Amino acid sequence: MNKPAFLTNKPHYRNAKYIAASVLIISLLSGCEKKVVDTTDYNKLYPSQTGGTLIDAMIGEPSGLISMIAGESASSAISSNIFNKLLKYDKNLDIEGEIAESWHISNNQKTITFKLKPNLKWADGKPLTSADVLFTWQAVTDEKTASPYSSDYLLVKKAETPDALTFSVSYEQAYAPALDSWAGLQILPKHLLEGKDLHTTAFARNPVGSNYYKLDSWAHGENLKLSRNEKSILGQAKIDKLVTRIIPDNSAQFLELMADNIDSMGLDPIKYSRIIPARPELQKKLALYKELGNSYTYMGFNLKHKPFDDKRVRLAINYAIDKQEIIDGVYLGLGINIASPYKPGTRWSNPSLTPYPYDPVKARALLKEAGFTDADGDGILERDGKPFAFEIITNQNKEREKSAVLIQRRLKEVGISVQIRAIEWASFISRFIKTGDFDAVVLGWSLSLDPDQYSIWHSSQQAPGQFNFIGYNNPATDKLLEQGRLELNPEKRMKIYHEFSRVLLEDSPIVYLSAGYGLTAIHKRIKGIDNPAPPAGIGYNTHEWYIPEPLRRNEISAN
Amino acid sequence: MLIGISLISFFIMHLAPGDITNNEASFNPKASEESRQKLREMYNLDKPVIVQYGLWLKRMVSFDFGKSFASHQKPVFWQTTDKDGNVTRGLIQDALPITLLINILGLIITLTLAIPLGIVAARKYMGWQDRSITLFNFVGFSIPGFWLSLLLMYWLGVMNNWLPISGIHSLNYETLDTWGKVKDTLSHLLMPVVIPSITGLAGITLFVKNGMLDVLNQDYITTARAKGLTEHKVVYTHALRNALLPLITIVGLSIPGLIGGSVIAETIFAIPGMGKLFYDAVLMRDFPVVMGILTIGSALTLIGNLIADLAYAWADPRVRRGVVRD
Repeated sequence: MNKPAFLTNKPHYRNAKYIAASVLIISLLSGCEKKVVDTTDYNKLYPSQTGGTLIDAMIGEPSGLISMIAGESASSAISSNIFNKLLKYDKNLDIEGEIAESWHISNNQKTITFKLKPNLKWADGKPLTSADVLFTWQAVTDEKTASPYSSDYLLVKKAETPDALTFSVSYEQAYAPALDSWAGLQILPKHLLEGKDLHTTAFARNPVGSNYYKLDSWAHGENLKLSRNEKSILGQAKIDKLVTRIIPDNSAQFLELMADNIDSMGLDPIKYSRIIPARPELQKKLALYKELGNSYTYMGFNLKHKPFDDKRVRLAINYAIDKQEIIDGVYLGLGINIASPYKPGTRWSNPSLTPYPYDPVKARALLKEAGFTDADGDGILERDGKPFAFEIITNQNKEREKSAVLIQRRLKEVGISVQIRAIEWASFISRFIKTGDFDAVVLGWSLSLDPDQYSIWHSSQQAPGQFNFIGYNNPATDKLLEQGRLELNPEKRMKIYHEFSRVLLEDSPIVYLSAGYGLTAIHKRIKGIDNPAPPAGIGYNTHEWYIPEPLRRNEISAN
Repeated sequence: MLIGISLISFFIMHLAPGDITNNEASFNPKASEESRQKLREMYNLDKPVIVQYGLWLKRMVSFDFGKSFASHQKPVFWQTTDKDGNVTRGLIQDALPITLLINILGLIITLTLAIPLGIVAARKYMGWQDRSITLFNFVGFSIPGFWLSLLLMYWLGVMNNWLPISGIHSLNYETLDTWGKVKDTLSHLLMPVVIPSITGLAGITLFVKNGMLDVLNQDYITTARAKGLTEHKVVYTHALRNALLPLITIVGLSIPGLIGGSVIAETIFAIPGMGKLFYDAVLMRDFPVVMGILTIGSALTLIGNLIADLAYAWADPRVRRGVVRD
């Protein structure tokens, strides 16, 4: 009956027409780049003025705006514009008062007394007093509240409000991270939340705060709109409205940025150092910012597994890994090498420490010293007839996976065989980390602002679900960590943590791989941003950012 | 039937390692294991799975889909009002209308394009029309949807500013009049609706084409032609109605798909629909949401099957009389 096309003798000359048509369509899709000529000079200087709308985007939606309950970063990103804290970190990451005018530490270092600034008000006009602070502390430590961050506040033995402007907390014993914890707790209004269940209250979606902005509207899954809080207790922010759009896909976010529909977004290294510099029209309107991020990537060993209990083996692996190669290859050079778990340039980071260099010769020598030799000549070292082979696990994070691949190659060169496995997060935690069923991990930790890392390194923190899952057990660091928690004097405290970092580096329970930069693109219409970024990052003074009127978007500022 | 499905899905879900307390945000040295344990007790996750299933079933009897773990205890299905009169909208309540709108519009576009294309392809079988339709369909079918989406977003949104890039409403949506609102929503929905319809065109076009070819080769069509009926009448009155019968099954079976939504499309276009809701719930181990969507989905699958069977019987007298086709 009907023969397939290739069996018919019909001439195919007509196909040429369709090929031509499809070529036309394709060129229509790709070729006709219409340049909208934008003649605005965004580099011009303008005096600071109020008004305008800043639009940014985030990948995930906050679950609620009581951030101590919500727990995720999307929540605190929004709620930090709405709520105040007692203390905050300034641009150099030193602690200063936010709604506290001053604070006083008692001689035995066990009691901290905060004096609030006078005439504080909530956005609804009600006064903000020490009773609200006390209420917030009670709420976060309440038995019925399941806040992931309650442990710091549970250490408070007694909290009192002698008068409306004074709030004092007493600890069983001196607790140095206390100040950091009070720089993290957002104060909630007692008059609106008393007697309510924080886990279900509608307040989390319709909050009343005291900071520069208040929530105007929240379109589920679409956007959150904030506007200036006229009753703000810290003065007035320059920009009238902050709009955060929820755009889960990074590429879509970037398209929106290119089309000038959003003003800022976080970038990955490729966009930062390849895509934007290659496009003059983007360079013209976008300013790029680079700030040291708040986390680092490391390779951690399961110290309870042989041969990682042997320090020589850990050092050998540390020498065998080329960290600069990882920074260049994975982060396109947008990262730095670190030697301690503290942000370089801050007080806690020990400037005398240097990272282990890449030295495969030394690595081989150390492995030989530890008893590893390649007896059968297959390129893989053995000890007691067993080849040195292990598995690196990581979660599904592209940068960590790539780092693991580079590690795999470098370790192969010194005769260690490495397998890599990337696992979905929840399985990763419950099947491998909690059970301790792993050889090595590639993961990240935050470069915390407070130096206390008791929960990560202290030998008592090894139970399933706790964070010393690598099983680090060193009496010297245990002692330093305990001392560091008891010392509130910053100078003395600094010495303790410098020593702690030194012992940690020497013992090498983990290999510091890199600390990546946080990369941001912000439209040049936004002025008043510190460049280069101070240690705290560009975001410390968002209330002083401003948008000169000639540079504002018309259609948005109209509403 | 529903109980069986829900039991199986409940157990499979709990076989997956981890629970809500294992999400990435909780991997923070400031978050203590005690607080996670507290959370587990709050959600009854410390109880044996069978007890948890019992609790879930007990709630389901009164159509209470429970509250989401991950999104500040929002109700899974429908809104609730607390004693102060604050209304909390349900997750599915918010996500379902958007997904339904997109999928129904998409299905309509697919059908209105696929049926004529299928007819033309069948009538001009092996002709240039048929070939170009097949080529077009297979190109559409083979292009990854997300890639085409990104290209079109770049072309229509960035280079030319003809269409919005992502989202379902403009930021100034509330200030628009009714007509403006409709126009705004439609312009946002254009890409997310049209792109999947094009990639989904191939299957239905082929179905219509093959159905038509089958019918056109049957004796009664020959009879109709022999009677001297116009070709138009033969094709559209006699052949088409029979050729479209299998479509009923397809449309019936796609009813549960209508609420499904696509994770990739919804993520790229920033649409808060069912696909994204379900995907996030699985990743967060937000069991009440997963179970809610699975239960509604399986109920709709059963209903869809029933409707398809009934519609088939209504449309085709042969089925009603219990005569097997051919």
